[in-house]
Amino acid sequence: MSEQTLTLDDHDHHEHGPAKGFLRWVFTTNHKDIGTMYLIFSLVMFLIGGMMAFVIRAELFQPGMQLVDPGFFNQMTTMHGLIMVFGAVMPGFVGLANWQIPLMVGAPDMALPRMNNWSFWILPFAFTMLLSTLFMEGGAPGFGWTFYAPLSTTYAPPSVTFFIFAIHMMGISSIMGAMNIIVTLFNMRAPGMGLMQMPMFAWSWLITAFLLVAVMPVLAAVVTMMLMDIHFATSFFSAAGGGDPVLFQHIFWFFGHPEVYIMILPAFGVVSEIIPTFSRKKLFGYHSMVYALIAIALLSFVVWAHHMFTVGMPIGGQLFFMYATMLIAVPTGVKVFNWVATMFKGSLTFETPMLFAVAFVVLFTVGGFSGIMLAIAPVDFQYQDTYFVVAHFHYVLVPGAVFGIVAGVYYWLPKWTGKMYDESLGKMHFWLSFVGLNLTFFPMHFVGLAGMPRRIPDYALQFADFNMMASMGAFLFGTSQLVFVYLVIKTVRSGKEAAQVPWESAEGLEWTLPTPLPYHTFTTPPVIEHK
Amino acid sequence: MNLSTPRGLVVLVVLMFGFGFALVPLYDVFCEITGLNGKTAGQYEGELASGENIQSRQVTMQFIVNKNDNLPWEFKPNDVQMKVATGERKDTTYRVRNTYNTAAVAQAVPSVSPSAAAEYLHKIECFCFEQQPLEAGQAVDMPLTFVVDPELPEGIDKITLSYTLFDITNSTAPASDPHKVKKVDN
Repeated sequence: MSEQTLTLDDHDHHEHGPAKGFLRWVFTTNHKDIGTMYLIFSLVMFLIGGMMAFVIRAELFQPGMQLVDPGFFNQMTTMHGLIMVFGAVMPGFVGLANWQIPLMVGAPDMALPRMNNWSFWILPFAFTMLLSTLFMEGGAPGFGWTFYAPLSTTYAPPSVTFFIFAIHMMGISSIMGAMNIIVTLFNMRAPGMGLMQMPMFAWSWLITAFLLVAVMPVLAAVVTMMLMDIHFATSFFSAAGGGDPVLFQHIFWFFGHPEVYIMILPAFGVVSEIIPTFSRKKLFGYHSMVYALIAIALLSFVVWAHHMFTVGMPIGGQLFFMYATMLIAVPTGVKVFNWVATMFKGSLTFETPMLFAVAFVVLFTVGGFSGIMLAIAPVDFQYQDTYFVVAHFHYVLVPGAVFGIVAGVYYWLPKWTGKMYDESLGKMHFWLSFVGLNLTFFPMHFVGLAGMPRRIPDYALQFADFNMMASMGAFLFGTSQLVFVYLVIKTVRSGKEAAQVPWESAEGLEWTLPTPLPYHTFTTPPVIEHK
Repeated sequence: MNLSTPRGLVVLVVLMFGFGFALVPLYDVFCEITGLNGKTAGQYEGELASGENIQSRQVTMQFIVNKNDNLPWEFKPNDVQMKVATGERKDTTYRVRNTYNTAAVAQAVPSVSPSAAAEYLHKIECFCFEQQPLEAGQAVDMPLTFVVDPELPEGIDKITLSYTLFDITNSTAPASDPHKVKKVDN
């Protein structure tokens, strides 16, 4: 292992700092630079996707058609979903992984640094292509982020081809990023660090990376079939030619369900790092946390059809997918109980990362519970395609995935920048976000149960009050993210010098490194002492 | 540098891409075995029950049609409902008329409800096995010959056979642009 590390370092000997100028960012193979680029890209996409959410919520502020025409409204819901899933959440976690995984396992860099550069630089092109569809004749894709056939084939706007290639490119990027993480974790851990001594964040990303490698090719396959149906007269999803549109949903959700765990498992890892630090205790039940991650990942492959209970399925199939789905609540429950047990009788303090982590545990659990309601096949017939579903997945994605990323950024920002962020601004960001998101998404449960369908630009009068609340909450949540942007810029520009270990009792290899962090770290691997 | 991990991962990626496509035939096989989606098998070539094997069990067959995408053609079953004995060979016809003033090609796609009955409804002869080219204004009676398997599970006494008619002129004509929707001029 040590020999391996030395050979990797060889070509770096003559350059000790980053190159100068803009080209540094184009040619960089440094995991810290690439991590930064991923995180900035994710933030930009988060703000663009957020502006689309603004359009949606502005239209839904009052019943009746107010601002945009229904076709454009559909383009907004579609692009909002695609941008947030593929542009904001996934690159955000890859950014955290790029920064943290080498630091946490004592590796000098990622295992495949040039591929790392490539996997990042594909993304701006993929998303430029996706966003350019908004300006094309016929408009952007408006068939929903799930792009069900035949809406996305027979009835799609011509821009669908650009959408397909954008998906292909971001898929290639994700696969390369995931492969890099697996190879790093398998081959470049510091001597003495076994798999079962890895930090929980590294474990969560190892599992996530395997999910990515397994299902992103299936997504590539399904969009390739769409491409062939549209341009090469095949009939994978066209009933007229002997195909089956329901087949599309099966293949899509075979990708789609593991995908939702791809977006949440790294967040599990982040809060599993943060909660022990601010509870001043070891993580409760390390082994059970690892096994729970593995169990969730395996189960995610056999539950996809709970997204499509209403397409017509034999009763045996419905029961299988219902019970398998509910089974996921068991390992997820193990994780939630372990976080609570870690906090139990700890000496807690609530700095900003901890506030986001605790909110994650509480609000992710709310989203988990509505997930169990949706898993019940007979009642899902009522909930299907209502705002209840929208409330559910926003509760697991916003205070789940997004809070996970934000908590990680607050936690590690002092190490990355060498500067301390402004704690009172951070707390303000947290409380505005917390109030804003609950005001936005909680009323959606009520209107959903009362029958308001999702993906509509207009609605019946009885839903007006809750929708106005949700819109006001959305404006509050959205604008409060500008506090975060300001905070990060302020930290980088004029933050106070941070201590080497800014958090009392933070553990892990990343805190053994000096602050500010040198450009190259762990060029000689650290020695892990077994206690 | 140990390259076995990245090699293995590349193989996994390629396999999973292939698996995505393998899901297509797998899904067909799965649907045929379980009758999922009311999908029926192709032309029946099994033994027909004869004489003493024909049981007196009576089943009601219902015939319904749908026209995809508001196709303005005439399309209707000439028998809406009939009683058949299981194992008995039956014939019926469907009337279709092309109301366009151009020639067109149609394709009918079957579906059976309840889906548990799908694998017991055998089609010996069916217009749905072929595409139907029709001249402008041409009308034809399209034949269907079927038999209900005596093995039909107890408790099913009514089978609905539905045909959806698709206009596939665009996808059969060479070098057609799929985004140009055919204009209806009747």
